Amino acid sequence: MYKYNDFDSAFLAERNRQFRAQVERRIDGALTEDEFKPLRLMNGLYLQLHAYMLRVAIPYGTLNPDQMRALALLAQKWDKGYGHFTTRQNIQYNWPKLKDVPDMLDALAEVNLHAIQTSGNTIRNVTADHFAGAAADEIEDPRPIAELIRQWSTDHPEFQFMGRKFKIAVSGAANDRAVLKAHDLAVKIVRNDAGEIGYQVLVGGGLGRTPMIGKVLNDYVAADDLLPYIESVISVWNQLGRRDNKYKARIKITVHELGLDKIRELTEDRFAQVRPTFGGADQALFEDIKRHFAAPAFREGGTEAYDAAYEADPVFRAWADTNLAAHKAPGHAIATISIKKHGATPGDATAEQMREMADIAEAYAYGELRISHEQNVILPHVHKNDLPAIHARLKAADLATANIGLISDIIACPGMDYCALATARSIPVAQEIATRFEDLKLEHDVGHLQIKISGCINACGHHHVGHIGILGLDRAGVENYQITLGGDATETAAIGTRTGPGFAYDEIVPAIERIITAYLELRESEEETFLQTYRRVGMEPFKVALYPAAEKKVA
Amino acid sequence: MPRAFTPKVVTANDLLEGDVIYLTPAGGWTRELSEAELITDEAEAQLRLLDAQSQPKIAVGAYLADAKAGEQGPEPTHFREEFRRTGPSNYRHGKQEAAANV
Repeated sequence: MYKYNDFDSAFLAERNRQFRAQVERRIDGALTEDEFKPLRLMNGLYLQLHAYMLRVAIPYGTLNPDQMRALALLAQKWDKGYGHFTTRQNIQYNWPKLKDVPDMLDALAEVNLHAIQTSGNTIRNVTADHFAGAAADEIEDPRPIAELIRQWSTDHPEFQFMGRKFKIAVSGAANDRAVLKAHDLAVKIVRNDAGEIGYQVLVGGGLGRTPMIGKVLNDYVAADDLLPYIESVISVWNQLGRRDNKYKARIKITVHELGLDKIRELTEDRFAQVRPTFGGADQALFEDIKRHFAAPAFREGGTEAYDAAYEADPVFRAWADTNLAAHKAPGHAIATISIKKHGATPGDATAEQMREMADIAEAYAYGELRISHEQNVILPHVHKNDLPAIHARLKAADLATANIGLISDIIACPGMDYCALATARSIPVAQEIATRFEDLKLEHDVGHLQIKISGCINACGHHHVGHIGILGLDRAGVENYQITLGGDATETAAIGTRTGPGFAYDEIVPAIERIITAYLELRESEEETFLQTYRRVGMEPFKVALYPAAEKKVA
Repeated sequence: MPRAFTPKVVTANDLLEGDVIYLTPAGGWTRELSEAELITDEAEAQLRLLDAQSQPKIAVGAYLADAKAGEQGPEPTHFREEFRRTGPSNYRHGKQEAAANV
C-alpha cells in the first residue's frame, strides 16, 4: 500500500494549513461565501440540506487498518458516530461543523488521507476495481497506475478550473467491477500480442442527465505513454468542452458532438506536443510506487477449518456462498463485508464497526481493506481457514449480512434526506425494498439482481446501469419514481430502458415486487438471472406486470 | 400573466453550524420554521431577502421558500422544505434530534 514520502506529507500539510486559514478568513468575514465556496469544494466540503458534508477520498478504494481507524475517529469525534461510504469510493460525513473541518483534515493527514478534489471541476478521486491486487482474473494490480494518476492530477495546474468535473477509473481484470464504461476516462490493463502490458483507454462514458457508454479511444497505449496520453485527452476536452451549458460540458458530450475519430485525432496531435515534456520522471516515480503495492506473502496450508465450518454451519455457508469471491492465491478468498443490512442505510457504518473491521483486517487479512463503489467493505486477502473466525466476529458486530449481489445489496445515493441537489428520497426506498424481500424470504431464490437508486437525475446511485434502476423525481411537488430495466454495470455495460410512467413513493415497493414476481414466472430455470431473462423476453412482459390496468385499457 | 405571489419565508444555512435557519419578524434568525416570518407581499419578500443576504457572517445561501400559514406558524408547502425543517428520515438526526432532547 502506498505510503507518503516527505514531499507528499509536506504538500498535504501545506494544503491543510492553507485551508485552515481560508476557513478562519471566512468565519471572520474577510472572505465572502462566493469567494470561499470554490475553496471549500476543492477540499471536499459541501453545504447540504441540514449541515455541511465532508467528502473524504479513499483513493482506488484502498485502506489500511490505521486509516480505517482514523475514519472511525472522525465519525466519533466530529460527526454523529457514523460515516457513509459512497458510490465513488469516498466516505462522507454528514454533520461536521465548519470550524472543526481543518482539525478533521489534519487527523486524516496523519494517516495519508485527504479530501482534495473530491468536489469541484477537477479530476476527482481515481477509482479502481475493489478486488484489485487480489482477483483471480486480473492481469496486473491497477492500483499503482491509479496512485500515479492521483499524484499527477492532484493540484495539476492545467486541470483545476475545468468546464466540469472529470472522473477516472482503472481496472486490470477481464471482468469489469469498476464500471469503467460509465467514466469520463477509463484505463484497462491489457496485454498486446507480444505479451507486453499496456493500457486500453476508454473515453466518454457517463451517467447523469445524458447517460453514455464509454468507447475505446485507444486499444493499446504503451506503459510509458499513459500519463502523457491521459493528459492529452483531458487537455483536448478542457479546451473544446462546452462551458456555455453545464449539462453539455462533460467529455461524453464533446465525444458525442465531435465524434470519436475527431477526438482521437486531436488527442494524437496534442500527444505529439505533450509527450516530449515527460522526461521519464513519471516512470521513475511509477517504479517506486509499484514497490508499495507488492502482494503480501500469502501463507500456505490447507482449508480444513473452512471446509468443516462450511459443512456444519448453514449460516456460515450462506454467507460464504454470497460474500466470497475467487482469490488469485491458493487457499485464499476475497471476503466482502456487507454494509447493506436489511432495513439499514446502504453504505453507513458506525465508528465501532469501522474499528472492528480494521481490527479484523489486521488480525486476519494482511492489514488490507477495500471500499467498493457498491458501498461495501472488502477484506481482499483472507486465508479460508480464518473465515469462520472472521464470520463470528462480523456477526457480533452486526456485519455478517449474507446478501452480496442479491436484491438487498442496493446502491443508493443519499437522496433528499441529505443532498441539496436531490429531487426525491432514495435511502428509505432502499430500506423498504430490502426489508420487504427479507420478509418474503425471496432474496436467495431471486439470485443475482442489482437494484440501483438515485434521488435525482445526476445518477450518483448509478440507476442507469442497475438491472433494475430507480430514479426519484419531483413531479408537481410530489416524489415520483421512474423505473428502468436491463441496465448493466459490467464489461457488457448497458443503459437501462424506462418502463413507462413513474410511481408514487408508496407505490414504488409494490411495483418492484410485481417486477420480481414476473421474473420468477418468466425465467426458464433457477439459473437464469434477472438480466438474462430480461434480455431474452424483453420489456413487454414486465410492462404487463407493472401496469396491469393500462394494458387492459389498450386491449 | 405572471404567476400570483405565494407566501414565503426567508431561509438559509447557518455559517458555523450549517443547519437550517429562518428569518424572524424581528429580523433575527431562528431554527424553527414556526417562528419564521411569513411574508405575503412580493416587494417585502425581496427586501427581506436582501436583508438576509447582507448577513454573510450568519447566513449562507439565503433564498425565499414557499410556505403557508398554519396553527403553529408557517408550514412548508413542498416536501423539500418539510425535510429541511425536520431532518433526514433514516435517523432521528437534525432538528428532530434537537426536539427530542428538549
